[in-house]
Amino acid sequence: MLTIKNLHAEVDGKKILKGLNLEIKAGEMHAIMGPNGAGKSSLASVLAGRENYTVTEGEVIFDGKNLLDMSPEDRAREGLFLAFQYPVEIPGVSNLNFLKTALNEIRTYHNLPAMEAKEFLKLTKEKQQMMDFNANLMNRSLNEGFSGGEKKRNEVFQMAMLDPKFAILDETDSGLDIDALRIVANGVNKLRGADKAFMVITHYQRLLDYIVPDFVHVLADGVIVKTGNKDLALELEEKGYDWLKEDVHQKESV
Amino acid sequence: MRNSNEIIDDIANKEYEFGFTTDIEMEMAPVGLNEDTIRYISAKKEEPEWLLQWRLKAFAAFQKMQWPSWQHFKMPELDLQKISYYAAPKKKSLKSLDEVDPEILATMEKLGIPLNEQKALTGVAVDVVFDSVSVATTFREKLAELGVIFCSFGEAVREHPELVKEYLGTVVPHSDNIFAALNAAVFSDGSFVYIPKGVRCPMELSTYFRINAENTGQFERTLIICDDNAYVSYLEGCTAPRRDENQLHAAVVELIALNHAEIKYSTVQNWYPGDKDGNGGIYNFVTKRGICKGNSSKISWTQVETGSAITWKYPSVILQGDDAEGEFYSVAVTRNKQIADTGTKIYHLGRNTRSRIISKGISAGTSDNTYRGLVQVGPRAANARNFTQCDSLLIGDRCGAHTFPYIESKNSTATVEHEATTSKIGEDQIFYLNQRGINTEQAVALIVNGYAKEVLNQLPMEFAVEAQKLLSITLEGSVG
Repeated sequence: MLTIKNLHAEVDGKKILKGLNLEIKAGEMHAIMGPNGAGKSSLASVLAGRENYTVTEGEVIFDGKNLLDMSPEDRAREGLFLAFQYPVEIPGVSNLNFLKTALNEIRTYHNLPAMEAKEFLKLTKEKQQMMDFNANLMNRSLNEGFSGGEKKRNEVFQMAMLDPKFAILDETDSGLDIDALRIVANGVNKLRGADKAFMVITHYQRLLDYIVPDFVHVLADGVIVKTGNKDLALELEEKGYDWLKEDVHQKESV
Repeated sequence: MRNSNEIIDDIANKEYEFGFTTDIEMEMAPVGLNEDTIRYISAKKEEPEWLLQWRLKAFAAFQKMQWPSWQHFKMPELDLQKISYYAAPKKKSLKSLDEVDPEILATMEKLGIPLNEQKALTGVAVDVVFDSVSVATTFREKLAELGVIFCSFGEAVREHPELVKEYLGTVVPHSDNIFAALNAAVFSDGSFVYIPKGVRCPMELSTYFRINAENTGQFERTLIICDDNAYVSYLEGCTAPRRDENQLHAAVVELIALNHAEIKYSTVQNWYPGDKDGNGGIYNFVTKRGICKGNSSKISWTQVETGSAITWKYPSVILQGDDAEGEFYSVAVTRNKQIADTGTKIYHLGRNTRSRIISKGISAGTSDNTYRGLVQVGPRAANARNFTQCDSLLIGDRCGAHTFPYIESKNSTATVEHEATTSKIGEDQIFYLNQRGINTEQAVALIVNGYAKEVLNQLPMEFAVEAQKLLSITLEGSVG
């Protein structure tokens, strides 16, 4: 579904990604871990198409198409979703009106008619129950005055509504208490499927107890330095990242 | 009660009149502004002597006045001697839509304005009136049953002189400011509304439905009187972009609310703003003021200003009666080289008077958007309360937003609050919406409409939907 080849990117002239390779197939759940400043969130931003990130080398193929050629909105319409680490507030724009606009934009892109109000409300209700999302928050202004946890849960609710092929969860677990974490994880698990893939960016192994990954990658200094299964996350929890960094330096000096 | 045939005849005759443009041009007043011009206008309109004298008094006042210099923009050069003050107002009747600025037509398409209306609004000769005759007639009949008077200013002078005489110039005196004085001297026509005691006007009154409201453009005068316990909601303007041959628009609006009366006045102003470089465009210099004369009366102004090269106006409320209430809700959008210097003045004179000001300025391009407001509390106005919120939104980094709030309180029991914010549409906000599949233009439209929601919510339903569309369209191409 997603193939990243030798991806180099920089922001404000600073090199962030330095030749990253990654292959994600449909049905898979990939966890990206790594120390602060390793480039995890930058990877998410580059894939989503944030403007101030410049790709200097490499390619990303998404479902057979060159992802890097597309505008951010077209990437979204092609089925790429980013659950933001810091969701923004947009005063006066109701959550539902926003979602309706987004959903219909995506449908138009795929030559589908706009969704009828009745159908949309039905879908909303269904997903709201499925994700155990507070119905009051749906009618409020987008993220305005939401708590940190409510914002994160709204991201996952939006993901359920827009039903993407490939979703990136950028530290969705940060700021969640243990109950909310479980609810969010349950929601994500319900969305898993043979035709869908996920990239979960996290600092903590804890989330991966609930969302069990097929692969765990360690990102350090702009490249993936180690890949393993869920046991790697446990090992990281115990040993930290420093032993891997030493590994890298040894490799580099060879 | 006149029957509908008579009304149709009237209209037919009107059309006939305007059909002979050459005739009208022969009747045009000589170009220039002097006492003879005023006598000429008054005579043409067959006005009573008292009104002529009032015009002349205004003209005398006008001659002693100077152009203002306190505004936050450079005053354009106006040569009032080059204007003809009495003429068929739509001087040029275009033969087809091909002659109209394609950009205006594109906007109309997007707003979903029917073809006939497009023609009427752009001044293309068309037989539009007949569509609305029946509508207008039903309206008139229904209103007449209730004793509501809704007619042109000229008609009111002829048929209800006692009302006009009692209230004309009582809120905006003939010597109020230079533009108001000019208007008083040379006003062509306008609207008149009287709602009798205890009547709640059952429909939104709109000039759109008043057949003879067209062609009163340049120096229009509106007078609305709401008697004890009466209510009216009045809509001015149109969301469609309007082209006009007259560059200066100096209208005057006076509102009078008696005991327990309520007037809601909504404006959507979308006059021609000029081209991208600031050439052409209307100067919209309007004096609007209402007085809550009676106890527990209420006046509420709502305005959505997107057009004109320069918008310069301060719809104001004098809270004279005890427990009276004044409101001002405003969205002003400027783009390209447009200028808006707008806001309100609220005078708290009576006890327990309340006012609320919500102003949302949006600037894009190299435009300049100024909020200027005065809240004045008089010595008698015990327990007066005011809340002002004044927000500015910037799009891009070459536009300007300015706020000049003035507060004068002469009563120690008054509470006056002022809140102001300035924000930019964040790249983060746009990227967030992009990431959900929404393109940048639509993202800006969503953000701006969300920002202006509190004001748009004040508009009558139908108007609100149109205004939302208008805001989106106005800002197209402002980002990126």
